Amino acid sequence: MTANLVSILMGGVFHAAILFLVAAGLQVVFGVQKIFNLACGSFYALGAYTGVTAVGYFTGHGGPPALFIVPLALGGLAVGLVGIVVERGLLRFVYDRDETFQLLLTFALVLMLEDLIRMTWGTAPVSTGGLYLSYGQARILGATVPVYNLIVIGASLGIAAGIGWLLTRTAFGRIMRASADNREMAEALGVDMRRMYVRVFTLGTMLGTLGGALVIPATAAMSEMGVELIVEAFAVVVIGGLGSMRGALVGALVVGILRAVAISVYPEVEMLLIYLIVIAVLLWRPRGLFGAAAA
Amino acid sequence: MRRAGVLVLVALAIATLPALAPTYQVTLMLPFMAYGVVLLGMNLLFGYTGLVSFGHALFVGVGAYTAAVLTTHLHVRHLEVILPTAALAAAIVAAPVGALCVRYVKIYFGMLTLAFGMVFYTFLLKFYRLTGGDEGMRMLRPYLLGSGWEGLSKTAYLVGPYYYFSLAVLVLATLLMWRIVGSPFGLCLKTIRDNPVKAESLGVSVPRYRWYAFMISAVYAGVGGALLATPTGNVDPTLAYWTHSGNLVFMILLGGFGHFWGPVLGAFAFIYLQDLVMSLVPYWRLVFGALLALIVIAAPGGLMGLLARRRPAEGARA
Repeated sequence: MTANLVSILMGGVFHAAILFLVAAGLQVVFGVQKIFNLACGSFYALGAYTGVTAVGYFTGHGGPPALFIVPLALGGLAVGLVGIVVERGLLRFVYDRDETFQLLLTFALVLMLEDLIRMTWGTAPVSTGGLYLSYGQARILGATVPVYNLIVIGASLGIAAGIGWLLTRTAFGRIMRASADNREMAEALGVDMRRMYVRVFTLGTMLGTLGGALVIPATAAMSEMGVELIVEAFAVVVIGGLGSMRGALVGALVVGILRAVAISVYPEVEMLLIYLIVIAVLLWRPRGLFGAAAA
Repeated sequence: MRRAGVLVLVALAIATLPALAPTYQVTLMLPFMAYGVVLLGMNLLFGYTGLVSFGHALFVGVGAYTAAVLTTHLHVRHLEVILPTAALAAAIVAAPVGALCVRYVKIYFGMLTLAFGMVFYTFLLKFYRLTGGDEGMRMLRPYLLGSGWEGLSKTAYLVGPYYYFSLAVLVLATLLMWRIVGSPFGLCLKTIRDNPVKAESLGVSVPRYRWYAFMISAVYAGVGGALLATPTGNVDPTLAYWTHSGNLVFMILLGGFGHFWGPVLGAFAFIYLQDLVMSLVPYWRLVFGALLALIVIAAPGGLMGLLARRRPAEGARA
């Protein structure tokens, strides 16, 4: 009984760790640039496919399988640099527009990236093969949990702490929060908004692509994974509150664990339950659990 | 007067199309007319009231599934009964959903509608016994004007009686919408879009009018969804998926949300362009994504905005 419960919970926490990364990417971009980036799920898919390719290249060239996580993470981070192209090439034209147009531009990105992925990697699912269990399994309270899951959970917590440190303890983080609070004032005080936006968007993209890369040993990359994940990431940020990092963490845990529990107890309600919670939160506290006070 | 001339010409072209154009091109008109009805309603919300729904596929799904359930399970085959029932079903769903959604505007309205759309999508997907799950449900050929047209092959039925029936529905829907946007009610909606505070102070109940607009747009989407089900022959959950809602917004933007005819033109351009692109390359999303990006950045007024540039479109606002 406990073993069963623990394995369900650990599965949920693993999923939450991935969701947190993508949702954190969504949050930094929304916080500073006020753009709700529907394409964050597509970045996640892009990271997943790149991760598979990077790991395949690494093991194909004699790299020890035990170190596969290195090319995986590096590949995921590197492809996040595509954020620079997207920000300079598309988003910078619409900062002064109505948010409807910004939302639609990111939807255009969703469409384009989905086909770019199909063009590059084909339509069949791809995976890293049997590397998932190459770190073995751990026994926790009678349940077996892949060590890889624990590594990802640890890495995600580390990144959460890192983002917290970046936002509160560094000059860049302070400037970032100031820009999020009041763009005009920050600009008047000499903040180069152009550079700020490029950096923030690239950071957001990299969080998404890294999340995609890290999930991939546990599953297979499919071209629809992006549009499916965005609705979950969306649930996370709505529950946690738009723009709030702490909200992303709590929201990811809520969504990840609830989903895992629902799947094992009553599979029909899986995502239904999550969306109903999203609706309840939007109606009861539209700013989310950790969002800024209503304006 | 010139505008009336253009309209007459377009109407004549559409009416004579089945006799002139290749059958395949004619069958593409069927989804166009169905989407035309959906988007006319949706633009009452988007263009005239200023609320962008990212979950309107929900009501298209409700309409399509209502039609499929009626024909396959309940043996109701008359389209004259099916369409009002689909409208009613959409209205019943939209009444509570709309009442909750219109309390918010902008991105929160969009998110809430998206969440409701996904609730319905998950319901369709997971409750296999009721909905057929991911395979969906068959839509049987409906009777038109009391006749099953059994003598006609499927294609002959679609490009013949069904074509003119769809056209009649689209024309009726257009005339009705024309009356709605020109009425004092339509003016109230535009006032709400441009200045909700002022509208409120003039005695217009903003949430109530937004709710009315939401209900009308949902009814249009339900009727359009029911019309869409017959040429497809099958309804499945992707009809209610969020990317379908996104495509609906895309179509309106393509045509031009600031203009009465924008959504109809957008549906037409989207359907035929999609068919053209898909016949050339397998990657229509890439081309359409680039097109959407281009419209958002360079031509937010859409095709109508480009056509009507000399004369500022009535009430257009970016």
